[in-house]
Amino acid sequence: MSTIVKFENVVAVAGSFPVLTGVDISVQEGEIVLLQGKNGAGKTSFLRACAGLLRINDGSAQVLGFDLRVNRQAPRRYIGLLGHENNLYRDLWAIEHVEFRAVLGGGQKSDAAEALARVGLTSRLWSVPISALSAGQRRKVAIASLIANRPQLWLLDEPHSALDALSRADLNAILKEAAASGATVIFASHEGVLSEELSSRVVTMRGGQVVGDSGAR
Amino acid sequence: MPERTDDSKMTATPLTRVLGILGIAASVVMAVLGLFISPPDVVQGEAVRMLYLHVPSIWIAYGSFVLTSISSLLFLARSKRREDSGRHYDRLAGSAAEVGVVFTGLTLITGMLWGKVTWGTYWQWDARLTTTVLLFVTYLGYLALRRLPADPVVRGRRAAVMALISFINVPIVHYSVDWWRTLHQKASLSVGRRPEITGEMYWTLLYSALTVTIVGAWLIIHRYRVIRLEEIRDEENLKMLISSRHQEKPTDSTAAGEVS
Amino acid sequence: MLAEVLLLARKDLRIERRAKVAVGQVAPLTLLIVVVFAFALDANAPLLEIGAGGLYWVAVLYGGTLLTQRAFEIETEGGNFDDFKMSPIKAQSLFLGKSLSLFIQICALELVLTPAILLLYDVQVAEWLLLIAAGVAGAVAFSVCGVLWGVMAAGLRVRSTLLPLLLIPVLAPVLLAGSRAFETALGIRADAGWSWTSLMFVIAAVHTVVGLAAFGFLLEES
Repeated sequence: MSTIVKFENVVAVAGSFPVLTGVDISVQEGEIVLLQGKNGAGKTSFLRACAGLLRINDGSAQVLGFDLRVNRQAPRRYIGLLGHENNLYRDLWAIEHVEFRAVLGGGQKSDAAEALARVGLTSRLWSVPISALSAGQRRKVAIASLIANRPQLWLLDEPHSALDALSRADLNAILKEAAASGATVIFASHEGVLSEELSSRVVTMRGGQVVGDSGAR
Repeated sequence: MPERTDDSKMTATPLTRVLGILGIAASVVMAVLGLFISPPDVVQGEAVRMLYLHVPSIWIAYGSFVLTSISSLLFLARSKRREDSGRHYDRLAGSAAEVGVVFTGLTLITGMLWGKVTWGTYWQWDARLTTTVLLFVTYLGYLALRRLPADPVVRGRRAAVMALISFINVPIVHYSVDWWRTLHQKASLSVGRRPEITGEMYWTLLYSALTVTIVGAWLIIHRYRVIRLEEIRDEENLKMLISSRHQEKPTDSTAAGEVS
Repeated sequence: MLAEVLLLARKDLRIERRAKVAVGQVAPLTLLIVVVFAFALDANAPLLEIGAGGLYWVAVLYGGTLLTQRAFEIETEGGNFDDFKMSPIKAQSLFLGKSLSLFIQICALELVLTPAILLLYDVQVAEWLLLIAAGVAGAVAFSVCGVLWGVMAAGLRVRSTLLPLLLIPVLAPVLLAGSRAFETALGIRADAGWSWTSLMFVIAAVHTVVGLAAFGFLLEES
């Protein structure tokens, strides 16, 4: 088991506001980590910092063996990031969007159909512009785009939002399956029971720091 | 940092005070020389006096923009190795560009006044005037980009790239505008002859150039230090914010929303 | 790399085919501008004829700026290029792909505008080849500069006001060269039309080189 994320006293600033104020955490391969904390605790920023999208001002940060303070770009291709925004092209069809994202990530077009089937989007909706889909269906398209890229590290911000009960259980199964096959998952959520059932570890953030850690269960 | 902490509350040092006083004194002498002592030009008459401010201004403006470009290049080179290093080059680039824009504006104003007296019109679509006005707008855009709130390193890098691209554009703009005006020169309009610069006029011009350089340098140093002070303030603010975030209570919901 | 460029350009064009912003909104708007110029100049036929080349390029400048904004709007609606940053795709491919799709859209715009000035301003084409070459050269230069400056403004909240401020001074030489080349091509004034056309290609080449070198950097900081 190798260490996937190792943060020591990480400080990060967005604009002029310190979003991370000294984060210490270490995540091992295969873990499913739930990030808890109220709004503004730094969960989203922590995920973006892990993805190499946020500049680290102070401390040391390693992700997938790459030092983020030396090279923030290197680990990105192995990471799947799902923000609370879905980042979808409204005018593309669901299948076109996932195909595009699959090829963009270095995969095959054919991965798209498989991924969309996996998230349980009925094939009737594959050839419909994304702008015509419901919020939950869009969330599924975004998750499918991630699946198509087969990331080693999944960073998910409120992944269950807008999903119905059945789809949430589906998503949990997908993530557990990924973790079982060696991927690592870190996700932020307010969903309570459902999230705790999924996670193997619960980390609590407050004021841009990690203030509680259940440790591996 | 080269600045000592005890004078980090002010923008002046003994050296810059001397420079400032020198600048004021030199400007007074320049006004006397340019307005009273140097003779009127044979062709242009009194209008030539405008050139003592006009010509050095554009020199300083160009010099400032060169300084902006060089500092931007150095900043990019340094920050490529370490993201948070070389910040002083970024400050220098910004302050030089501000001073450059001011002197470009001064050049345009004096140029137009000179044009009114010599050509009988404020504006000629003369190659130099047109290039200068485009230069002015380009660097106004650069300053606008700098003023947008962002992480200092991000803002610095973005601005540095823009400064370099703008600098590459200067010859393109100059060349195309120059070509345009030479191809379309209307014979009826005689562009005012540049004066023969000799004797007292030559010395006055040279002296003015020195004066304007002193004033420009003084302005750049002060702008640099103001930017530095702003950064110190921001850094202190940041420290305060970090420690106040550490005090946040589990029930506290006054913190800013999640910033992406 | 070519595959990446085509992938990106195809995606942009597919979105345009569905949303029809360029064809359905920008093109009619520039046509309107061509008409409004006639109002401004009091439908003075000789004046419109003399000015046809320049007015054409002002309309292209306006439409091109809108299309550039649109090209970045489709990316920044959700998340400032995060997905591109997270993917192994090269920044250079993104630059070229975006430029290619913008180029095709500006060409389409020109295909609408050219007949419009020929009909409304009553000008005749003297040199078809020059007209086409200048139109293409202008479109290349516009798209390359547009994408380069577009990405700089893309991540900023004020992009719709900042982009024209940054872009138009850079495009001024293109406007100048395009107008002069068209004046020759339309037989309005004997001028060095071909040299002006080459100048536009040179401007495009310089910005392509700069774009290839700087795009990664700009994307990262957007």
